[in-house]
Amino acid sequence: MELAIALIFAACALGAGIAMIAGIGPAIGEGYAVGKSCEIIGRQPECKGSVTTTMLMGCAVAETTGLYALVIAILLIFVAPNLMGNKLVSLISDNKEMLKELAQASSTTAP
Amino acid sequence: MTTEPTKTDLCETDEAPIGRRDRFLTRLWFVLMLLPLLCGMLLKLFLTPPSEGITVTGAQIYFTLSLPFPNLPAPIRDLPITESQVNSALVLLFLFFFCLFLTQGLRTRGKSARQVLAEFIVEKVEGFVSGTMGDGYSGFPPFVCAILMLSAFSSLLALLGLYAPTSDINVVGGWAILVFIMITRYKMKAGFGSYLKGFLEPIPVLAPFNVLSEFSTPISMAFRHYGNVMSGGVIATLVYAALAALSTAVFGWLPGFLGDIPFFQIGLPAVLSVYFDLFSGCLQAFIFAMLTMLYISLAAPEKESS
Repeated sequence: MELAIALIFAACALGAGIAMIAGIGPAIGEGYAVGKSCEIIGRQPECKGSVTTTMLMGCAVAETTGLYALVIAILLIFVAPNLMGNKLVSLISDNKEMLKELAQASSTTAP
Repeated sequence: MTTEPTKTDLCETDEAPIGRRDRFLTRLWFVLMLLPLLCGMLLKLFLTPPSEGITVTGAQIYFTLSLPFPNLPAPIRDLPITESQVNSALVLLFLFFFCLFLTQGLRTRGKSARQVLAEFIVEKVEGFVSGTMGDGYSGFPPFVCAILMLSAFSSLLALLGLYAPTSDINVVGGWAILVFIMITRYKMKAGFGSYLKGFLEPIPVLAPFNVLSEFSTPISMAFRHYGNVMSGGVIATLVYAALAALSTAVFGWLPGFLGDIPFFQIGLPAVLSVYFDLFSGCLQAFIFAMLTMLYISLAAPEKESS
């Protein structure tokens, strides 16, 4: 039973880490956008205000897919273990007798 | 040569000086404006169950109402009243009295600072709406300003230590569904048949993808707003926990209760909160409003040039 709990927690942690690989996408895209806007400001310094505003708005919209991954990672780290733990506790308390018989059977048949 | 203003220029309050009733009402609205925020802080102080350490959880459920139909199954029957709904109601009350406070005693000449602020807000929002949507959407500035203010002040509640309603997907999802209903209504203005036909373009095989991308609009709007604000809240909680551990490690040798006070929690999280609460919250509110206007103006049928 401890192995099952440990597996579930390990899978949650691993999944959260793999999910955040998606953080690379917005970083590259927004860096490119900021670079372009710097170029334009260098060429025409008087349009600095509106270029900055547009760039910030575009960056906030492009951030969305990174946020999808972040929400999944946060759910996996903070919510899934509690849910899994509660489910396991209720499963164990519901099937106490069956688990006791199984434990006795496995202890008598083990070499 | 001075030109006398005509009778239509002056409103009736211009002639009278600022009376006692006016001053009393201004102060009343100001007090009533701050009262919901105070209520929220008191609620948070008294109704949070004591917990060891700092945990990352969602909204706390205060109590659960039941619909009076005993035949419904339990998940549909229960209406949980959570922190996010209570705080949302408090923000609504705050905005209501804020509007009353700003518009108390309007006059044409000798304007008060509140009236200048109110006129500034109205002019900015109307310019914003007509700049994004074009002409013919004169009914939209109140709706857009309401969404903008509600969203911005809900996220800014985190500055007071309260639970921001926009950290809850249900609140933001509700606004996104509302916007989706408006977009669909504007798309159907050209006729229900052409709305359905629009899914078959450019190739009828792409119909499922078109339906999916239709639903992705409110989902992405809600998720963008919710994800930004919620991640700010989670990072703030984690930083508080880390600073508490750090101050116990550094100051733990102090005698008695002095060793338990988390000294490092004073001031340092406020620097993070400038980005996460102020900048990110206001920017996301602005983007939500801007995307609302963009999608609605794209959904409306093109006006025929006369």
